[in-house]
Amino acid sequence: MVEERTENLELELLLDAIYKRWGYDFRSYAHASILRRTKQFLMESGCSSISEIIPKVIHDRECFSQLAQRYSIPVTEMFRDPQVYLALRERVIPMLKTWPHFKIWHAGCATGEEVYSLAILLWEAGIYERATIYATDFNDAVLDHAKEGVYEVERMKEATRNYQLAGGRESFANYFHVRYNAAVIDPKLKERIVFSGHNLACEGSFGEMHVVFCRNVLIYFNRDLQNRALNLFTESLVFGGFLCLGTKETLRFSDVHDQYESVDKKLRIFKNTGAACDS
Amino acid sequence: MRFIEGVEWGVYRAVVIGGSAGALDPLKAILSRMKNDFSLIILVVQHLHASDNGSFAEYLDGVVEVHVREPCDKEQLQPGVVYIAPANYHMLVEADYSISLTVDERVNWSRPSIDVLFESAAQIWGDATVAIILSGANHDGTEGMRSIKAAGGLTIVQDPDHADTPEMPRAAIQADIVDMVVSEADIAQILVELHERGQS
Ligand SMILES: C[S@@+](CC[C@H](N)C(=O)[O-])C[C@H]1O[C@@H](n2cnc3c(N)ncnc32)[C@H](O)[C@@H]1O
Repeated sequence: MVEERTENLELELLLDAIYKRWGYDFRSYAHASILRRTKQFLMESGCSSISEIIPKVIHDRECFSQLAQRYSIPVTEMFRDPQVYLALRERVIPMLKTWPHFKIWHAGCATGEEVYSLAILLWEAGIYERATIYATDFNDAVLDHAKEGVYEVERMKEATRNYQLAGGRESFANYFHVRYNAAVIDPKLKERIVFSGHNLACEGSFGEMHVVFCRNVLIYFNRDLQNRALNLFTESLVFGGFLCLGTKETLRFSDVHDQYESVDKKLRIFKNTGAACDS
Repeated sequence: MRFIEGVEWGVYRAVVIGGSAGALDPLKAILSRMKNDFSLIILVVQHLHASDNGSFAEYLDGVVEVHVREPCDKEQLQPGVVYIAPANYHMLVEADYSISLTVDERVNWSRPSIDVLFESAAQIWGDATVAIILSGANHDGTEGMRSIKAAGGLTIVQDPDHADTPEMPRAAIQADIVDMVVSEADIAQILVELHERGQS
């Protein structure tokens, strides 16, 4: 067990070094998962211990970005959890229709599939033009990918199935065209989207929002950092605005939980009712 | 009982179970022997269909006495509850005995992966971990069980001759990391004894 304790110490020093050298703060990420990612990196790096990585990330920017990529985990898909999108169609879109203009924030949007999925719902509801959509992530490489909106054709099969499960009635092929082996998202879906770098661990609010999407990002944080991010979303949301988390994420451990009511408990769609605000 | 000679009762604190094809019946049989006051933490990775929305855990919860449920992220672990990893999420344990879920890439084509759970349990409970591999058609679990064995934990597999799909327990046996090869009934009996003798 001594070995494990030194491993934890080494990881702490590594994350400190990254923060002090590059300003990226991974110190409040969920420990078990970041340890696992670090060990994977270790196996490929040729280093024999976590502490051997420290001088490398300090002196070598390339080594740092490779490790940061490891910590980013941009795993996503179109219409992930189709029931969530079905519920959005039925319970949230009707509310958005009552606003002349509204803003949506996708925090931790990865390669953009979630952003385009919601854009399709807005398009079909005839309110896409009224939206301003902010899609943010701290990983610039995935943001570039999201901006391009080019995906593997093979993935469109599952996307089509999920689109239908999410209540889609159009031909899904309307939303992209195929070029060689790639599915290219229709530019009309990009018009209202602003892609931008934003780090939930240290940056502030992104302005007033009507809907905040942050799905499967908080699971990578410890409770303190989750709480920070949730406070940030709560500050940003208008009264009556919506917060949509991943289906296994919860407000329960944060100090903003009593400011929301559930729109759909199981699917983790919440409405900001602003109650019990003590600040 | 021949198969429980040499077990040091009372040192174990957590049981991690991995199952795949053909593991539903043994899992049910094992869990039905447990009572609500079961004193060890129990975590299960069962390979589920990606569209399972918690119905597997709900089903088990309905047919056995202990509580069975899918945890949410950062939920605090309690004894007497069986935690089943949700479909599409890896399940890991934190040092404060809460759960972290992740959507990291699949491991052994699986998410949740048994290896991921077992490796993280080895980190947290070390030699106080009991690892169990049930029926299954792949090799998931072997690497994780190797970590638990190396940490001094107790490693058990369902007897491949009695398993519906023997590859998974067999892979662990071939890796030479298994303490006991026993039937599902014996696995249940060992867990009951771990609880009862651990109390005294
Ligand atoms: C698993 S993906 C989730 C993608 C999408 N929301 C979904 O549910 O399909 C997690 C994303 O969170 C981003 N992320 C992690 N830490 C972050 C931080 N501190 N600030 C902003 N984004 C972060 C990662 O770069 C990654 O793209």
